[in-house]
Amino acid sequence: MIRVIAATLALLLTSFSVSAQDTTGAIQQVLQEHSAAILKSSRMTIGPAIDAVADSGLEQAQAVLQAWSDKNMWVREADGLFFRATEAEGGYSLTDFDTGEVVGVFDKDALDQIKPNSGIRALIGTALVQFQLKDPDPLRRQEALTSISRAPDPALLKPLRNSIEMETDPTLRAQKLRQERLLTIGYDADSDARVQAMADMSGDLSVDVRAALNPLVATRRAVVQGDVPEGTNVARILTPGSDALPRVEAYDMLVAADLAQPRVTNAAMRAALEANIADGRVGGVSVQQLGSDAVRRAAYIALADAGTVPPFISEETVQETLDGFTFYDAYADPSRQITDAANDALNAIKLKVGLNQAADLTLDALSLASIYFLAAIGLAITFGVMGVINMAHGEFIMMGAYTGYVVQQIVPNHTLSIIVAIPLAFAVTFAAGVAMERLVIRWLYNRPLETLLATFGISIALQQLAKNIFGTQARPLTAPAWLDGALTLNDVVSISYIRIAIFFLALFFLAVFLFIMKRTRLGLETRAVTQNPRMAASMGINPGRVNMLTFGLGSGIAGVAGVAIGLFAKVTSEMGSDYIVQSFMTVVVGGVGNIWGTLAGATMIGFLQKGIEWGNPSNTLAAQTYMIIFIIIFIQFRPRGIIALKGRAAGD
Amino acid sequence: MNRSFVARNPSVLIFLALLALFTLGVTVLSEGFGVGMISTSFVKTLGKTLCLCLVAVAMDLIWGFAGILSLGHFAFFGLGGYMIGMWLMYERTRLIVVDALAQGSMPPTPQEVVDGIGNQIFGVVGSSEFPLVWAFADSLVLQLALVVAVPGLLALVFGWLAFRSRVTGVYLSILTQAMTLALALYLFQNDSGLRGNNGLSGLQNLPNVTASQDVVSMWFFWGSALALGSGYLLAAWVVSGKFGSVIRGIRDNEARVRFLGYSVEAYKLALFTLTACIAGIAGALYYPQAGIINPAEIAPIASIYLAVWVAIGGRGRLYGAVIGAAVVSLLSTWFTGGQAPDIPLGFYTVKWVDWWLVLLGLSFVGVTLFAPQGIGGLVDLISDRLRPDRHGADLGPDQGSLREKEAHK
Repeated sequence: MIRVIAATLALLLTSFSVSAQDTTGAIQQVLQEHSAAILKSSRMTIGPAIDAVADSGLEQAQAVLQAWSDKNMWVREADGLFFRATEAEGGYSLTDFDTGEVVGVFDKDALDQIKPNSGIRALIGTALVQFQLKDPDPLRRQEALTSISRAPDPALLKPLRNSIEMETDPTLRAQKLRQERLLTIGYDADSDARVQAMADMSGDLSVDVRAALNPLVATRRAVVQGDVPEGTNVARILTPGSDALPRVEAYDMLVAADLAQPRVTNAAMRAALEANIADGRVGGVSVQQLGSDAVRRAAYIALADAGTVPPFISEETVQETLDGFTFYDAYADPSRQITDAANDALNAIKLKVGLNQAADLTLDALSLASIYFLAAIGLAITFGVMGVINMAHGEFIMMGAYTGYVVQQIVPNHTLSIIVAIPLAFAVTFAAGVAMERLVIRWLYNRPLETLLATFGISIALQQLAKNIFGTQARPLTAPAWLDGALTLNDVVSISYIRIAIFFLALFFLAVFLFIMKRTRLGLETRAVTQNPRMAASMGINPGRVNMLTFGLGSGIAGVAGVAIGLFAKVTSEMGSDYIVQSFMTVVVGGVGNIWGTLAGATMIGFLQKGIEWGNPSNTLAAQTYMIIFIIIFIQFRPRGIIALKGRAAGD
Repeated sequence: MNRSFVARNPSVLIFLALLALFTLGVTVLSEGFGVGMISTSFVKTLGKTLCLCLVAVAMDLIWGFAGILSLGHFAFFGLGGYMIGMWLMYERTRLIVVDALAQGSMPPTPQEVVDGIGNQIFGVVGSSEFPLVWAFADSLVLQLALVVAVPGLLALVFGWLAFRSRVTGVYLSILTQAMTLALALYLFQNDSGLRGNNGLSGLQNLPNVTASQDVVSMWFFWGSALALGSGYLLAAWVVSGKFGSVIRGIRDNEARVRFLGYSVEAYKLALFTLTACIAGIAGALYYPQAGIINPAEIAPIASIYLAVWVAIGGRGRLYGAVIGAAVVSLLSTWFTGGQAPDIPLGFYTVKWVDWWLVLLGLSFVGVTLFAPQGIGGLVDLISDRLRPDRHGADLGPDQGSLREKEAHK
């Protein structure tokens, strides 16, 4: 009956469209042919209508689809013709799709808007892509490519291939070729073509290649009685009780597939016993005795034997049941050739990604090392050369960072403010260092442990002072815009420009340090005073002045380091204490009194920390713990650090 | 030279008498056992202060007498607290869980009880399994043994590693600081098994004790006083004998003592371990009075404050350490608690909550520079025990033993 009605309807429609043929244009004809589907606007039946418009080869097809998708296509109720409608005075002005002529203004009541739902709009969007791919505007072509990469679809493969030939823009052409390969991997009907495409893309590091390959090798875990059915593309057979498939999990799979009785958990057993208590007894056991698992199990088995509760599943039963089944992982794709090729390609990519990650890690480690070196280089002067433990070193770093912050409040231009802040931070902390040396440290040269304590007193006072002045919240120290962003070598290896800048700053200070120590009078005098102050004094060197200047230099460098560190870390009153222990570690591990030692120490600690973090990525706290333990043990074997001073320079 | 121990150390007797008098006074004035003039919370503060005095005595032993500036003794203090805290928390939770399960229709199995406790304790860190470190938490005796054993063992291993490779002076200080930092960072993790940064809490409630906090706080006060008295006596005994002479020798000139044939490392290691054990006991008494322990307590800064107390009190004399710890920690409580009156300067009001640390830091510099003998040095003025005249250059306790021509300045 229904069929008869449908046939009649179809016949009617055909005759209607035939009658309309004389008066309407080509695209209107196509629309009329599928008028029923278009008016019904159902995602299930709309496919042929969209395809018919898209494949009509008419130049208006794109405009129609666009109008349709934008909900600008209206139907005139009087004759069922479709028009593009725009709102106008007194109703809607209709435009003919074929001729582009305005037919006239009609009242809203005489019209019906075609409202495609989001599902249909997505289908239209896919159909539109082939037009966009050939659009004269490169921007539109780019948009189409982006939409393909976002939502790959088998239907897009053909239009994409067709559009490659006409592409004139080399960048877009490359992108199209690449996208074509990716779609081929996923959707081409010909297996050999897919395998070829995988081989072509196997050296590519981009995430989208992996995204295209991963679904092919996705596996589904399944269980079957007896042997694996023919024609299944098995990834591997699993043994229950192995790491990949614990026995509990295997048994649960059977239960989920209704192939076995559920195991009775302790909680279920308890609930079942509770439900069956009668007169203070259950399963022949007094409730008072149920305080142990063995008794409970016995009572439950008694209940099960009586048939009141599901049977108890013992370990032996579980094992027997498991023995009768085969567990395996199967690929969704039935073709072995495809999955093998995808696995090969993924392995090749994995190896390449691994190598690149190692490179990226090395860059990270190098950058961390340069931060540690920068934080420690001032200490290498005050502690390494002069032997003064300055616990307020971290607070000098903080003072430098706050100087940078204050300068940025006054000088709004970020580039200029950094240029001003660096020498100013040096000046401020140099002055602070000189003041501290003159007022406190010079009285304590004979009592190193007390230097430690006195400078610690200064450290807590400075920290609290900063808190009182700047408050407890973190203050921003913004890097200039040209330091924003990162140097990206490929999808895996990248490093931010700030870190590169810090690396070069560290190198610069290494050079400054070496120049001052080896090439200037101050350096010579410093080395003389450190080795033997009395001898130096008798040669006419003023040890007090030299100590003062050297200490000021070390403190000043700490201030500059503070500006650099403030650029990527937050500026707080406690930022100094974050670096102080690591800085001392760097100097001690490297070897006191030798700048190359400090460099080696910073490199070792930086690489070590990154290495540990890489091994245990979720837990940076643990990484720091292990690193400190490693350093404590390292000191056992090289108590004087990596590069130890020998002979007279060693002091004792 | 065969005078009795007390005769050689009159200060011990004086100290113990003062401590007994103080304890008696607080008892009489307390809410739990006396007229109620001292509030329970202040009794707890005093009890905690006594524990801090005890750890300061340990610090004085290792720093003032052996010259080893350890910046890690609060790690041992905290470990002691963690060890006793584990039992307190386990036992109290067990009682609650057993009570709750007893409401059920059938008696719980042992496994259900343990699971219940695990859920209660480790729920905050998203786990319910008991980590290995809690293996003995159900036994008070074993945990009490661990209060001494764990800090002692850590000190033994760390000290053996450090002293064996002749790490001395400031290097050792930095290394001990690194040790306590590593421990604190480790405990901060949630999967360290000690509840991460939540720490252990509710420690002020003793399991199976129904007495009010007024009474319990006095028990702990007496316990702390007793521990301080015994610890002081032990420390005085240790430093008075031959052992004491050797460690003072090590402080003043390690190389000479070594050349005299003493095993410097063994002496240092023994003293380091002993002081760690004392610190552990002090911590085990402190944290039940504080009620909560978390990894922030053993951050490096805490150990540095310990050194500050001892330095301000006066190193190299045991009563100095006690005075320093008591004075500075009570003053800190007073200033940071907001009780100290603000000072209006017209243009700016000095709030002590903000400025106390600045004052402490600067006064610390002042003490180091101008009074290396600390507050305890005032006793010398009374007892007429003046040091030889150095013509202005005070070398402090460690180099104070040098003859004048040996000193550099």
